[in-house]
Amino acid sequence: MSVRRLAKDQPASFTFSAATLKQVKWWLTKYPAARKQSAVLPILWLVQKQEGWVCEPAIRQIAEMLDMPVIRVLEVATFYTMIQLEPVGKVALIQVCGTTPCMLRGANDLMKVCKDKIGAKDKLSADGAFTWQEVECLGACSNAPMAQINDYFYEDLTPETLAQIIDDFKAGKAPKAGSYAGRHSSEPTGAITSLTDPALYDGSKAAKLTLPNLPEAEPA
Amino acid sequence: MVGILEDKDRIFTNLYGFQDWGLEGAKKRGAWNATPDMLAHGRDWVINQIKNSGLRGRGGAGFGTGLKWSFMPKEVKDRPHYLVVNADESEPGTCKDREIMRHDPHLLIEGCLIASFAMQANACYIYIRGEYVREREVLEAAVKQAYEAKLIGKNNVHGWDFDLYIHHGGGAYICGEETALLESLEGKKGQPRLKPPFPAGAGLYGCPTTVNNVESIAVVGTILRRGADWFAGFGRPNNTGTKLMCVSGHVERPCNIEESMSIPLRQLLEDHCGGIRGGWGNLKAIIPGGSSVAMIPAEQCETALMDFDSLRELRSGLGTAAVIVMDKSTDLVKAIARLAYFYKHESCGQCTPCREGTGWMWRVMERMATGEAEMKEIDLLLDVASQVEGHTICALGDAAAWPIQGLFRHFRPEVEDRITRYRIGRPHVQGVTLTAAE
Repeated sequence: MSVRRLAKDQPASFTFSAATLKQVKWWLTKYPAARKQSAVLPILWLVQKQEGWVCEPAIRQIAEMLDMPVIRVLEVATFYTMIQLEPVGKVALIQVCGTTPCMLRGANDLMKVCKDKIGAKDKLSADGAFTWQEVECLGACSNAPMAQINDYFYEDLTPETLAQIIDDFKAGKAPKAGSYAGRHSSEPTGAITSLTDPALYDGSKAAKLTLPNLPEAEPA
Repeated sequence: MVGILEDKDRIFTNLYGFQDWGLEGAKKRGAWNATPDMLAHGRDWVINQIKNSGLRGRGGAGFGTGLKWSFMPKEVKDRPHYLVVNADESEPGTCKDREIMRHDPHLLIEGCLIASFAMQANACYIYIRGEYVREREVLEAAVKQAYEAKLIGKNNVHGWDFDLYIHHGGGAYICGEETALLESLEGKKGQPRLKPPFPAGAGLYGCPTTVNNVESIAVVGTILRRGADWFAGFGRPNNTGTKLMCVSGHVERPCNIEESMSIPLRQLLEDHCGGIRGGWGNLKAIIPGGSSVAMIPAEQCETALMDFDSLRELRSGLGTAAVIVMDKSTDLVKAIARLAYFYKHESCGQCTPCREGTGWMWRVMERMATGEAEMKEIDLLLDVASQVEGHTICALGDAAAWPIQGLFRHFRPEVEDRITRYRIGRPHVQGVTLTAAE
């Protein structure tokens, strides 16, 4: 288990922005009316998108909104590790995957870059711009090593490319997400071995067809 | 020819995203073709076709998909039925469902409609892991396209009222366990439920529910289009079909690839991934099915087939077909210690053997990685591992024990050697008492 607590310094209040409220309403339409508690995790995420992290007043407001006891929302907020309970870097939250498939391909070197460029793990940098964390498998193992920066995946990284990405963020640029080894997604780099038959894409698969193995027609 | 499977038999024709993921592109590649005809033949036909195809769940456990569907109540009584799609892909090594959701979302949506029809569900939730933000954006857009084209929704062209909703998680591995996923979907902590009752009896909101993996659902449309016997023609009996395989670690070209079940492991790596870094002789061990299965040493990799039965005979498993390759430069003890940390981090804390055991096993593994341990601790560790295994509500406890057991089954001398080396030059090691000679 990971032990997680709320931040010591909490703001006095929290207000949903109009844009967030609109999205909250949309989420609530997805569940039966009596089951709006289901929306708690998406709403916590929306709060995090708005503020960068989730504070205690927000947790109380969500509880009120969903008719839940506060402790139930608190429980959810502390259970799920994607919910940030302390302020994180305003420019970039860098989450380096450290689990074995990424480790085998050099995730530890990436973390060293983060440490040199940003500072200690899990701590907000002095200028408040960056935080880096080590997280568990992010599910992009064929593109290891990788990191999630803010919302998107930066894949096939090397210490050099990651350092460049961090520098770009520092310079106010928005480096593009995706693979940094020059491949489109998770195909074998430079030597694609499948899906090269043009007949797959010429529209012939959309031609009208009769299903096989239909039940025998009833004898008259 | 490269590999076994030919392009014409691949289901995921946009696996790498070179084509349009949208509705027009998907239709051109064959999605949504003849779907109304499938529903016209009734739910028994659909379920029987899936049973005959031999499709086994693609999420790791490998339970027959058609059989699972048939456990749902035959008639809808006072409670609605639900289909829940498990897209909480977080087993280390696994990255296949991600490609389906961002590159071929319409195959998944079509599968959801067919499966829901077969189980008389009018609503389906796709539970996608929270970190897959881009994938969720694509999936939401694809669902919107399907609604607008009246393929799903109320009064759609298929004549089966069907609503599809996307829900997301919050970064908890345990929510890939089906009952933990349902708890999470209900807005609670993701802690697995005791079974029975099974979800088919009381699942989401207490209603009959079936939880299926993304890949299991996304292949359904194509199986019905091409025929159960077509799908059953790949692989060995009881291990049929095509399968997305994810290769990571020390190969020349890590990738995702759709291949025939039962492809020899060596052929998979050499044909599609450029072989092991430094040649086949440089291979040390492979974890063939995601982090939760035991590793197999290089000599067994020669003959292993990528299917349920072959890998079970080697005391490992196919799991999600996520192949993690480790060459001779790998510190295996450290690699497994890192997995032990993963399970410690992801234990939900509900059952004591797992909550305490995963942390304990991780701490001992870290010491073994440096060699700062005692020989007798190896047996103690294996003893604890076997006491965690099978004594918890869900399989996370088992999954935490298996990689460690696999390491010692094949590489125990390596750990012992490390413990011995640590002591060279250190006559006194903490915890050991040396008695001076009288």
